[in-house]
Amino acid sequence: MKNKYSIFSLMKNALSHHENWQRAWKDPAPKKEYDAVIVGGGGHGLATAYYLAKKHNMKNIAVVEKGWIGGGNTGRNTTIIRSNYLWDASAGLYDHALKIWEGLSQELNYNVMFSQRGVMNLAHNLQDVRDLKRRTHANRLNGIDAVYLSTEEVKKFCPIINTSPDIRYPVLGGTLQRRAGTARHDAVAWGYARGADEMGVDIIQNCEVKGISRNGDSVDGIETTKGFIKTKKIGVVAAGHSSVIANMAGLKLPLESKPLQALVSEPVKPIIDTVVMSNAVHAYVSQSDKGELVIGAGTDDYVSYSQKGSHQIVEGTLNAILELYPIFSRMRMLRQWGGIVDICPDASPILSKTSVKGLYFNCGWGTGGFKATPGSGDLFAHTIANDEPHKLNTAFNLNRFISGDLVDEHGAAAVAH
Amino acid sequence: MFLINCPYCGERDHQEFKAGGEAHIERPKQPTELSDDEWAEYLFMRKNIKGIQFERWNHAHGCRKWFNMVRDTSNDQIKLIYKMGEKPPAE
Repeated sequence: MKNKYSIFSLMKNALSHHENWQRAWKDPAPKKEYDAVIVGGGGHGLATAYYLAKKHNMKNIAVVEKGWIGGGNTGRNTTIIRSNYLWDASAGLYDHALKIWEGLSQELNYNVMFSQRGVMNLAHNLQDVRDLKRRTHANRLNGIDAVYLSTEEVKKFCPIINTSPDIRYPVLGGTLQRRAGTARHDAVAWGYARGADEMGVDIIQNCEVKGISRNGDSVDGIETTKGFIKTKKIGVVAAGHSSVIANMAGLKLPLESKPLQALVSEPVKPIIDTVVMSNAVHAYVSQSDKGELVIGAGTDDYVSYSQKGSHQIVEGTLNAILELYPIFSRMRMLRQWGGIVDICPDASPILSKTSVKGLYFNCGWGTGGFKATPGSGDLFAHTIANDEPHKLNTAFNLNRFISGDLVDEHGAAAVAH
Repeated sequence: MFLINCPYCGERDHQEFKAGGEAHIERPKQPTELSDDEWAEYLFMRKNIKGIQFERWNHAHGCRKWFNMVRDTSNDQIKLIYKMGEKPPAE
């Protein structure tokens, strides 16, 4: 049983110089057999394990992670959470996640630092204005809070934006989702890991999957660097490496893995109290609780697993940032990094069964998976436990690439691909 | 960041180039006779290899010609460049 985190536990542990905190999760060796194995110990994978144990009573399960938990894209994203997507299917999916975010710290007894500071999307040309107005109406019809802002309202909401009409990317308006915001990405992985561990889930780190063992049309186990694990159900949540795992099972996915970059500045005093995204010029920025500006750049156009992006991508983003926020002109950047994102042709994810029985994929989140972490885990757990998708992720099946029933969210996915 | 040796112009910075995705995906000869599965395979399904991959690239801000490249996607090292229409190397 895990001790509850509270102000009292904090005081109690302060007395012993914080040296006697209980371990948040164990470090077990893999058992011979599990009822289900989740491949990938990022936020989505750990959330899947957590909800499998909590809501579907599947406790003899494991999460295998080739590195350390939360060390991939979970620890590399810009932590933006919003649900203002265009189509009904996406609205259902992302708002389901946002609703879970709203109570997540309490549910996990782990402070994920969810901060509903609002997300503002800027329009820089007439087509942006039309698209964002359309999206605002679509959001409201789906019960998602959204307002359209004029240039003056944008300036009022975030005064450091340069709204002068003669800049290269004039601000013609914007949308605002007030329920949107940010969260601490590491805490999400750690909170879910602690919760899953408490219910008996084995979290096995430094355990890379080397092969998927098939018995005819169904899976019967996985080969890992820590030996063979027998299981009838495998849920793959491997983000940029999804295709690699799919190839092991003899499947092909409609994905391309590309580098996506982000960077942070030196820490400064509070200057921007919201998240501002600008799709057309590819710049988005927020400020972390430590005071760093968190800036998201774009993807490179070639397939790469190198976790490095091109310099000109960062340069282009910073050009736009400086045009929109002249006040940042003397900021120094502290760190820059890349993550590998798996991009679907329709910029929507895949949470689906496959043609192989017992093999499930949760992938294709591309450049915007962090926001969906809790919802993705919940729905994927449902899909694995029942061998059927939940009604909220029915549209996100693999078959849509054959039927043509795509969920085209290129407009609402912040990073153009 | 890497240099690309365009078969027509020589070595240039890679930002002059546009990646065109997986190479040697043949356009269907009889599009009207394709099943939905075959269309999906042609349009959407990709090998997305971690390791040696065959790709098409275009010298978009140069001669604007297309060519093929063999590249290791795990470290972005270019192994070989050959012209369109040429047969891919066996290994």
